[in-house]
Amino acid sequence: MDLIYEKCNHRQAFSIPKGQIPEVSFPQELKRQHPAELPEVSELDVVRHFTHLSQRNMGIDTNFYPLGSCTMKYNPKIADVVSSFAGFTQLHPQFLYSEVYHDCIQGALELVYHLEQLLSEISGMRAVSLQPMAGAHGELTGVLMISAYHKHHNNTHKKTILIPDSAHGTNPASAAIAGFQVQEVPSNSQGTLDLDCFRKSMNDEVAGIMLTCPNTHGLFEKDIQEIAELAHKYDALLYYDGANLNAIIGQCRPGDLGFDVMHFNLHKTFATPHGMGGPGSGPVGVNERLLDFLPGPRVTKNDDHIFNLEYPKNTIGKSAPFLGHFLVAVRAYVYILMQGSEGLKEVSRKAVLNANYVLAKIRSAFPPAYDRLCMHECVLTAMPYHDFDVRALDFAKALLDRGFHAPTVYFPLTVKEALMIEPTETETKETLDQFCNTMMELAEQAKQNPDELRKAPITTPVQRLDEVKAAKELNVVHPVNTSKP
Amino acid sequence: MYPEDVRYTENHEWIGEEDGLYVVGISEYAQEQLGDVTYVELPEIGRHVRQKEPVAQVESVKAAEDIYAPVTGVIVEVNEALEGEPELINLDPYGRGWCFKMDDIDTAQYRRLMNREAYEKYLKSL
Repeated sequence: MDLIYEKCNHRQAFSIPKGQIPEVSFPQELKRQHPAELPEVSELDVVRHFTHLSQRNMGIDTNFYPLGSCTMKYNPKIADVVSSFAGFTQLHPQFLYSEVYHDCIQGALELVYHLEQLLSEISGMRAVSLQPMAGAHGELTGVLMISAYHKHHNNTHKKTILIPDSAHGTNPASAAIAGFQVQEVPSNSQGTLDLDCFRKSMNDEVAGIMLTCPNTHGLFEKDIQEIAELAHKYDALLYYDGANLNAIIGQCRPGDLGFDVMHFNLHKTFATPHGMGGPGSGPVGVNERLLDFLPGPRVTKNDDHIFNLEYPKNTIGKSAPFLGHFLVAVRAYVYILMQGSEGLKEVSRKAVLNANYVLAKIRSAFPPAYDRLCMHECVLTAMPYHDFDVRALDFAKALLDRGFHAPTVYFPLTVKEALMIEPTETETKETLDQFCNTMMELAEQAKQNPDELRKAPITTPVQRLDEVKAAKELNVVHPVNTSKP
Repeated sequence: MYPEDVRYTENHEWIGEEDGLYVVGISEYAQEQLGDVTYVELPEIGRHVRQKEPVAQVESVKAAEDIYAPVTGVIVEVNEALEGEPELINLDPYGRGWCFKMDDIDTAQYRRLMNREAYEKYLKSL
């Protein structure tokens, strides 16, 4: 398919309206010497170009998308409808700080205030701030609060953050950027945190522990209570990475489990279209200990039901401009109200049921990394096909030819030839059956005809990519030539 | 696949003596697990490192992993060829794919590392 630059035929789809502002003459040296090489095509050509591109998308609205760890579930369209109400989309962010427009934003502030309360209730945390823009940003905000807490208490000896080897790579990155040293804690043979190693790693220098629960093996950290007790004995704060909150929502609450600080992935758990750069939202929740350190400003409500902005006493400051990704928050708000508490319980029940269904159906061909019930996703291995020189990557590519998005592969790093499958709660049994049958066929093909499998995909717009070349010779610049014929 | 004359760590580095210095690289198992290596970040020369301290990083199409100092000592030389040809790690992990050389090492630590037999047994347990 040609790039829009290659389609350039110097027809213009847009004419700039005559302005009422008088023209100003620029000095010659500030003027462009050559015309800007913009792709110019007719309006219909623009429409066709981008429509064709969009038809090549594989997304949750077109295909089953079991991309483990990413929670690619169906995002109810009503949330998009509500978030496109003019009352939300036409608000200028600067209204927040304008006396004149104070009345105009009361509704938006009320939504923020109410959503923060709902998230507090769901998580068992004392308070929530919607500011962070995405999961990893929430992590960084949370770890910065841990840092501020220890500084406030003169805990200058607190230098390290403990992180399990199964964690998402963003955890150590967030801790390092916040100025901490990272110490890895291994998993045990059951796929959960090795409690003995954890005990040995705990000392006065530990500022915090970052845990994902269920962890990236799709398993519940059953020793969480003991971990929390030990952490608090050393005045270390326990961080809950909410990446997998969808597995436990409505069943148990991080606040009750002993976590001090957490982030939510609103776009995952509370259903906003995401992936490929779609907008995220990573609110942080804290318990009483960190309440005063939350990012500001926060939305408060006075006795006359007027909403205002206030900074917490020891705030770490702004973690994002304005109130974060507001329209993602609107979608999450709609989703939570639509589900209600019973609906949210059903979300986690079905997410776990579906993952275990897939696990049970294909485990004879793709053994689980840990032989036990899983939570919302299952981590399997393609190791049985190693001898046929067929890898997890080959299965991922072959699935594309059969109309499925690939699962996550080679993560978590603790599992060889990992296939990480997260079906989510929104898929029907029929879809899961089709996927499982396809996986079983591919397993057979791997033994009978491995060469074919290694050639996949053959039906996609581009076939097998040279990943080594892409990594080593990164080149994202396309030579532009739109000069007039 | 696993030379006799070097020692191995649980994190799959190898270290061997050569002309009075100690050469460090990653094992055949490690390169196979990583897949095609696309980038290697090498340590600074002259840096004093402690055993198990992360000193270099190797990136592949699958993952980015730390290379740890197998023993306490000083980094005295790095394999600059890896900057242009990181694939040497895949092609020749014990030869042209070496990563860095160390001096003034803790020889007691060195002697406690696994020999080939112990390392092969360790690999079977994984």
